[in-house]
Amino acid sequence: MHVSDIEEKARRAREKRALYGTDVDLQSYESDAKPQNIVEKAEELPGIVKKAALDVGVKLDAESSGAYVQMDQTPVVAKSLYEGVEIMDIASALKKYDYLQDYWWKLVAPDADKYTADVATSPPAGYFIRAKSGMKTVFPVKSCLYLGSTNLNQRVHNVIVAEEGSELHVITGCTTPAHVQRGLHIGVSEFFIQKNARVSFTMVHSWGKEVEVRPRTGIAIAEGGSLSNNYILLRPVKTIQTFPSATLAGRGAVASFNTVVYSTMGNIDIGSNVILDAPETSAESISRVVSVGGEVIARGRMTGRVPGARAHLECVGLLLSDKGRIYSIPELDGQSRDLDMSHEAAVGRISEEELEYLMARGLTSEEATSVIVRGFLDVEIKGLPEDLKQEIKNITQREDLKGS
Amino acid sequence: MWLLEIVDLSASIGNKQVLKNFNLKIGSGETHALFGPNGTGKTTLLNVIAGIPRYKVDGGRIVFKGKDITNMSMDERARLGIGMAFQRPPAIRGLRLKDLIRIINPKADVLAILNKMDFAAFAERDVNRGFSGGEVKRSEMVQLLAQQPDFVMLDEPDSGVDLENIKLIGDAINSLTQKDRRPSSRTKSGIIITHFGHILEYMKADRAHVMLGGSIVCSGNPSEILAQIKRNGYEGCAGCMCQT
Repeated sequence: MHVSDIEEKARRAREKRALYGTDVDLQSYESDAKPQNIVEKAEELPGIVKKAALDVGVKLDAESSGAYVQMDQTPVVAKSLYEGVEIMDIASALKKYDYLQDYWWKLVAPDADKYTADVATSPPAGYFIRAKSGMKTVFPVKSCLYLGSTNLNQRVHNVIVAEEGSELHVITGCTTPAHVQRGLHIGVSEFFIQKNARVSFTMVHSWGKEVEVRPRTGIAIAEGGSLSNNYILLRPVKTIQTFPSATLAGRGAVASFNTVVYSTMGNIDIGSNVILDAPETSAESISRVVSVGGEVIARGRMTGRVPGARAHLECVGLLLSDKGRIYSIPELDGQSRDLDMSHEAAVGRISEEELEYLMARGLTSEEATSVIVRGFLDVEIKGLPEDLKQEIKNITQREDLKGS
Repeated sequence: MWLLEIVDLSASIGNKQVLKNFNLKIGSGETHALFGPNGTGKTTLLNVIAGIPRYKVDGGRIVFKGKDITNMSMDERARLGIGMAFQRPPAIRGLRLKDLIRIINPKADVLAILNKMDFAAFAERDVNRGFSGGEVKRSEMVQLLAQQPDFVMLDEPDSGVDLENIKLIGDAINSLTQKDRRPSSRTKSGIIITHFGHILEYMKADRAHVMLGGSIVCSGNPSEILAQIKRNGYEGCAGCMCQT
């Protein structure tokens, strides 16, 4: 698609409401961001940014294969530390590589809704990460998208290309510092996982109480490729709506989605959509939601289009307060013979039996509840390097995640 | 002084009365065995002593260490020194056994306790999740060894346990009830429910009781009572006039 075609389409969709989620008034946010200072390496970033990144599991000074940090609309760091991975800001990458046009707006439609349209009609900012053919590393690329100005509409457009036979791990922390009262983050992401490439993508969100978030993600996985996609949201937010969509396009492609949400307020509409479009593909989606307040809609949709595809959905919710709501919507769409698709969904309270068991060991009711809640959030994630596993564990096992 | 004194206790679950004017006294350093057919109220008794809220006390009282604990919460009772090995404990997803041991007793020597029960391989496993019947029993003993209660209640700790491990369980019970010490220096006590009495070959019980229809009908020496049950069945106990 030519650039002018993209913009033309997007312009027509400027008022188009999204299928899911509450409607955001884009006009009420500032479009123009003050430019930030670019730094040579992540260590030189302001302390407040490094601290915020750390809080979302992004240790910028630990060993990694590179880093990308965006403050408001400015890519302040884009640096590779491993020859197998290329990291650039997307605007520079689009200038450098003509072939990127073949990836640009291919997995997310510019006219999908007003949010994609808004990104498509703005100057691009975001990361381009390319794992080079056959190159493998367990050291993650660390990225942080930092919304540091009140009332800003932060727009991001990311592209990841994992070339044939590569292995890539990315952790992205999206966050606002405490002083940002209000803001909007729209993030378009397009991931291309090519033949036999392995990718893990872990995203940790930590926003403010008046921040609205609209990620738009499209993923294509070729023959023998695999994706482990992990999403963690444990901090208050005003609204989030995201429904990443992955197409298993080549034989034997595999996708697994893990979602962990601890809700205290707001409107959180999350999920995953997987289309199994090739033989021997398989997908799994596991979501764990704890609500002590706020509304959570947990969606999961799997569409099986060819014989032999296997899919499993698991949406489990613990509702611990009358102030909360968990609406679990697992959907299976079989469009072929010989499919193996299943789901389990449960919303409930903490089992009395488990509580009593721990209380018989001397834990108070509150302590027992916290132990059970943290255990519930401790999702076993396959395919992640040990460091990242530990990082996720540290985040999901924080002491302040309780039953009330 | 009695460590545990149960006086005229009546208790029910739902609308069903299970314990009827139940009386029992257990002294410091004593371990008692409890026999009786299924459905006679043995597990209910332990659950009522533990304070599980589903069970309703309709009358009488439970006194532990001189305190009336009849209306005390479960965790308060546990912290006062009451421990229980559950017959069928729940699995807890995401809670590793070694972490639970530390939560129960931050000073516990986790590895030593696990090794004692030949259970170190389960340290990283979620508590009771996917455990076999016998493994569940060892998991219970590991937790009690960390908790070190003054009064331990064991609900069929031998069911589903193979011969190799039954000795381990017996040793652990002896250690929890201080049977490895001189009788005069023992302070810890226990009560054990067992159907077949196998476990009694590996641990020491000082006294035994037979329960029928929600109360004790016979008390005495554990091996004599067991022999009598084997000879005459529980029906024989019903006619037994021995004093409780």
